[in-house]
Amino acid sequence: MSKTVLTVDDSRTMRDMLMLTLKNAGYRVVQAVDGAHGLEVLAGETADIIITDINMPRLDGFGFIEGVRQDPRHRATPILVLTTESDGEKKTRARNAGATGWIVKPFNPDKLVDAVRRVAA
Amino acid sequence: MDPLEAIKATFFQECDELLADLESGLLELENGSGDIETVNAVFRAVHSVKGGAGAFGLEPLVRFAHVFETTLDAMRSGALATEPAAVKVMLRAADVLADHVSAARGQGVVDEAASARLAAELKALCSGEAPPGADEEIVIVDEALDDDGFGDFDFTPVLVEIEEPAPAGWRVTFKPSRAMYAKANETALLLRELERLGPCKTTLHTDDLPDFDAVDPEEAYFTWSIEVQTDQGEAAVREVFEFVEDDCVITVDPPVADAMSLPDLPTLETLEDEAQPRAAAAETLDVGMDVQALLQRAQAAVAEVNAVAAPVASAKPAATPAPAPAAAALHADAGDAKSAAAGTTIRVDLERVDRLIDLVGELVINQAMLAQRVAESGLARSSTVSVGLEDLEHLTREIQDSVMAIRAQPVKSVFQRMPRLVREVAAMVEKQVRLTTEGENTEVDKTVIERLSDPITHMIRNAIDHGVEKPATRIAAGKPAEGTVKLCALHRSGRIVIEVSDDGAGINRERVKQIAMDKGLIAADATLTDEETDNLIFLPGFSTATVVSDISGRGVGMDVVRRQVQALGGRISITSVPGKGSTFTLSLPLTLAVLDGMVVGVSGHTLVTPLTAIIETLQPKPQEVRLLGPSGAVLAVRDSYVPLVDVAAVLGYRQEPTDWTKGVVLLVESEVGGRAALLVDAIQGQRQVVIKSLEANYQRVEGIAAATILGDGRVALILDVDALISVRRKDARRPAASPQRLPLAS
Repeated sequence: MSKTVLTVDDSRTMRDMLMLTLKNAGYRVVQAVDGAHGLEVLAGETADIIITDINMPRLDGFGFIEGVRQDPRHRATPILVLTTESDGEKKTRARNAGATGWIVKPFNPDKLVDAVRRVAA
Repeated sequence: MDPLEAIKATFFQECDELLADLESGLLELENGSGDIETVNAVFRAVHSVKGGAGAFGLEPLVRFAHVFETTLDAMRSGALATEPAAVKVMLRAADVLADHVSAARGQGVVDEAASARLAAELKALCSGEAPPGADEEIVIVDEALDDDGFGDFDFTPVLVEIEEPAPAGWRVTFKPSRAMYAKANETALLLRELERLGPCKTTLHTDDLPDFDAVDPEEAYFTWSIEVQTDQGEAAVREVFEFVEDDCVITVDPPVADAMSLPDLPTLETLEDEAQPRAAAAETLDVGMDVQALLQRAQAAVAEVNAVAAPVASAKPAATPAPAPAAAALHADAGDAKSAAAGTTIRVDLERVDRLIDLVGELVINQAMLAQRVAESGLARSSTVSVGLEDLEHLTREIQDSVMAIRAQPVKSVFQRMPRLVREVAAMVEKQVRLTTEGENTEVDKTVIERLSDPITHMIRNAIDHGVEKPATRIAAGKPAEGTVKLCALHRSGRIVIEVSDDGAGINRERVKQIAMDKGLIAADATLTDEETDNLIFLPGFSTATVVSDISGRGVGMDVVRRQVQALGGRISITSVPGKGSTFTLSLPLTLAVLDGMVVGVSGHTLVTPLTAIIETLQPKPQEVRLLGPSGAVLAVRDSYVPLVDVAAVLGYRQEPTDWTKGVVLLVESEVGGRAALLVDAIQGQRQVVIKSLEANYQRVEGIAAATILGDGRVALILDVDALISVRRKDARRPAASPQRLPLAS
């Protein structure tokens, strides 16, 4: 069975890009438009991998990751953070919140799938 | 379409929305109504533009967006105050960003100098320095691409890090920490990843594993050492551990000559060694051992640890009491917020809505037909069929209204483009202008909105160029140096009214008249009311600017605006007070799909007159009709005379002069030409009709706005009241012109 990836991003373009790339790589994709929505989706869906943006309205990526990690079902779910900001501070914050890894935007499809594969069993 | 192209199209669509958000956010900050969340939203908008642009390799856009974003980030973090001067720079930057987006889309070009200048100004804001002078040479280097990790998209780190001479492999020791697992990293996956670089020989060290009783399932006890045979550099190896480097102890060393004599790791055991120490020890020392098998064993070990960890974690809620309620609270919040935002809207393909509207149009026609059949069958009005039919009519109308409401959108999307226009035009003509808007949430049909932009743009340009005076003139006239242009939208009697007013000098009527005379648009001795004079500016060929300026010029005058508006079934008019300013009023039907009309009979033809144009209907008495010239007549309506228009004659249904007192008169009012009395044979009733375009299905016919299908299935033409009146005026001027015969005869 194909793995399910939850993508959380407020940009429609990014969501579409992720969707296209991941689908082509054989993943099932569920989408959420911001952190709060992401947690909501997770309440009714099981995701094997989560990819999330940082800058989002309502609940940002850091808050979202913390929320996910607090759910016993998702303690061990890999979370990749999408970031254009490669500065260490953002990554450290994301990791402190519980992120597994990161993808530097803009990503090319191979890099994205690479990163997903790297964290997903 | 190529899926990537489709996403690109989505991106540009999204850009439009983001740019609109950006502008409205900045405007909020400018007038002081914004807060930190506004700054965040503005930042996100630019950030998203940059993110998407990067994905498509739109480098100039990325570069500018990056500079902009950096400055906004400073504002977000509080390093830069949201003071008007800074926001003004950002507003202009937003304009340039919009230009970059357009250019990336293949529409228009970016003024590179202006872009570079603004980028420099943004940077200056950040650093707190004075912006460089305009004449200074400013070169934007590819800094954004160099300093922020964007390098990732034009080179792959794995490829650049080829070291010479490449060693035959690496010796890696890896000791994860508890924190690494807490972030859902897996040693097995890292080892698998490492194996992609080349064959690996992996050894697990369990020295630190305590007695079983003392095992904390969440703790990390193992150390791995891996011999990887690869020609890749150290960086490639380290990249495998990129995500975890802060949560583990890792060493990457060149391999030692004897791969198996690892002096720093003398005791090697696998997890299974606990049970079978001897056999396992032998295995570990087997040089030729299959790496895959070892890897599997490592995975098994990890899985075992996880298997132990999972139940423990779920079985000890008491140990971590906080997370669960917190998570629940988060969910609850999310639920509330969703019902407020995400849950209330859906995105629907416009084609589907249009199809629905078409169908409802057919339904309305069908319902009308049914009503007619029932009436013809002679059933009593009180019969159950008739009563049922009335209910159907109500329902049909409600469905129609509801469907129309789906297409209705606030005019905001058009209004939002105007502040930029005002800034640009004002700067070009060296005037100070402030734009105020009102009623931007007024809703109107989407197709109307799309076509509102051009006329409004023209009217605003005109107001700034011709209306508002230069600051010096204004001060001399006792007005504030800054002129005001007001853009306002409101609903009035089933139509949307857009007003563009300025507090400028008003129309110079003497000059307008003079120009009209010089151009032969009016007779030299014409006596015109103020209103008529003002409306001269809508005549084709009229342009008050002696030198065609960059702004209002562009080869289009107000006559084009009027034509655009009329094509939408709208009217445009102007009122002006010398010294106080002018107001352009544009009124449009809320929808282009249905119309309330008065159905009338003219010479055996059925015509529809828009109800909104009709003031009253009356039966002319002989003494009220005054003949004027060979074919003209006026009707005395209370205290004034209005021109009497024989509709049948104007449309060419009938050649011979008519008896003016036979028939009914519709007193109509147009916003351009004042009042007129339309003579028709009889009134058949009032009905809602579905508009079918005549241009699209046949061709444009003078005096006719559109067509519709009546209940009996016949086509009826919808009168264009304004055009009828002006046709009459032309005929009055050129009595020899023979009326055009209408091609559609029943």
